[in-house]
Amino acid sequence: MKKQKLNNLITISGTAVLCVVMATLMSVGALDRSNMLKGMLVLIGIHIIWALSLNLTVGVLGELSLGHAGFMCVGAIFGGTVSQIIQYNAADCPGWIRLIIALVCSGIMAAIFGILIGIPVMRLHGDYLAIVTLGFGEIMKSLANNIFLTIDKNGLHFGFTNPPANVDEASAKQILKGSIGMQAPQDTNIWWVVVLLMITLIVMMTFINSKSGRACMAVRDNYIAAQSVGINVTKFRLMAFTISAGIAGVGGALYAHSVPMIAFSKFDYNFSILILVFVVLGGLGSMRGSIIATIILYVLPEMLRKVNQNLANARMLIYAIILIALMLWKNAPFFIGLREKLSAKFKRNKENADITSGGAEV
Amino acid sequence: MSEAAKTSSDIMLEVKELSIQFGGLRAVDGLNLRVKKHQLYGLIGPNGAGKTTVFNMLTGVYKPTTGVIYLDGANITGKSPVEINKGGIARTFQNIRLFKGMSVLDNVKVGMQNQTKYTTIEGILRLPRYFREEKQMNEKAMELLKVFELDGECDALSQNLPYGKQRKLEIARALATNPKLLLLDEPAAGMNPNETAELMNTIRFVRDKFDMTILLIEHDMKLVSGICEELTVLNFGQELAQGGTSAVLNDPKVITAYLGE
Repeated sequence: MKKQKLNNLITISGTAVLCVVMATLMSVGALDRSNMLKGMLVLIGIHIIWALSLNLTVGVLGELSLGHAGFMCVGAIFGGTVSQIIQYNAADCPGWIRLIIALVCSGIMAAIFGILIGIPVMRLHGDYLAIVTLGFGEIMKSLANNIFLTIDKNGLHFGFTNPPANVDEASAKQILKGSIGMQAPQDTNIWWVVVLLMITLIVMMTFINSKSGRACMAVRDNYIAAQSVGINVTKFRLMAFTISAGIAGVGGALYAHSVPMIAFSKFDYNFSILILVFVVLGGLGSMRGSIIATIILYVLPEMLRKVNQNLANARMLIYAIILIALMLWKNAPFFIGLREKLSAKFKRNKENADITSGGAEV
Repeated sequence: MSEAAKTSSDIMLEVKELSIQFGGLRAVDGLNLRVKKHQLYGLIGPNGAGKTTVFNMLTGVYKPTTGVIYLDGANITGKSPVEINKGGIARTFQNIRLFKGMSVLDNVKVGMQNQTKYTTIEGILRLPRYFREEKQMNEKAMELLKVFELDGECDALSQNLPYGKQRKLEIARALATNPKLLLLDEPAAGMNPNETAELMNTIRFVRDKFDMTILLIEHDMKLVSGICEELTVLNFGQELAQGGTSAVLNDPKVITAYLGE
């Protein structure tokens, strides 16, 4: 019990220190010479938020969700739309107020989508659930790629063609441009990401260590036994799924506000899998693992690109090989055995060293 | 209800004409049971007699085709497993079903879920009620683990416990839900004679300490004759014999059913 608490404390404080140091370095301008790192920090932070939220579904609830990008997409659309509407109607509204409203709206909308999808889906288990979430993700992406939303002095115009009918051209502003995407105001900076990342992490930790989180893990481990001790399985599955979706939505909105232009085709199946890889490699249910894996796997391809031109061409190949090697190192029985042997040897060496040094003292 | 209400003073579980049909198979056929409060009642029978099916109907996993079940005077027929657990029945499983990835302490705390009142939001925001109730929960759970001598391993993952302790933990988890009636499905399966003897003491102790009514399924005749006060014997889904333990175990019909002609 104490060990677990200590572990959680280490994760939270470690992440906080890392975040604050990096953010401070960036704000002070110490990273200006390294364009790569500067451009990546915000995105790494957002990816960590996504990985943490997916870890709730996959690691804590134990259900494979392949449509997590769908919820990010919902968040990005609603967050970006809300802040653009505010921008149009109240141009002098400060960016931070706009952003907070956008984040809250996107979180709530993504959570509502989570409930809507969750109610039918949470009756399913395993592969079936994975397929349905996969379908949801694809539907959201396709929908987002075909929606056009324009605002003018008469109000909002919505349609599947561009431009929507009856638009007053003079005062019109396009909010959603179908497959071209969306240009939300860039209201974020690294500190927003740091704060939201810390909030996400703390919410995850406190959720897992409360009775609701325990109920979710009980459902994951054995739902028949969970029912037999009076746990409403559907309720807790829906709860975790909804929280996960809501946080993914907030991450999506944050993303929409931190890049100059967002194309919704980004939120496809591959992107869901990318986040899933972070989670699986980091360890199911381990928040610290998700954070570390996200950092490593996000930075790796970019590093390869920078090192030299040949590597840049082969970077996805190298990335894939490293991914396979890491998975084997972590999970294959042979490597688990090897790791144990190595650590035992290391311990013995250390003990020997202790003995010899002890002898020297005498 | 009226009839059951009259006898509710001393009857904990009353089952009338309970049957279930799976396709063409009548797995349990017209079973009657009457378990008094504070009684240790045994349900025995050869393999495939339908004992676990009876447990599954009592706990709401299966819906009976016909028949009614009264728990302490209340009709619980056809309710969901969650409602039935809240109504006061807790069970263990023939093949152990622990929450493997969780610690021993957490397994018990999951059982106490419905006795705490703090909401999810309070849990996430860590409001005072969370700390108060979690502290109470920890204390109660540790007490319960002490009864089963598991308090030393409260931080271990439940899947790492040895087999006998896993069985005990399952009983502890069931007791954590604060039941009126405890159903034990083959508690001694896979145990050696020493462990079985110890288990017999534990079951008796649990009955006395928690004022529990216990209904158990068991194949180990030493355990059955040692602790059960009354027995019902099932064979092919039908009641073969019912009554005091020694009388039932010496019944020629029962011996034939177990050993053959």
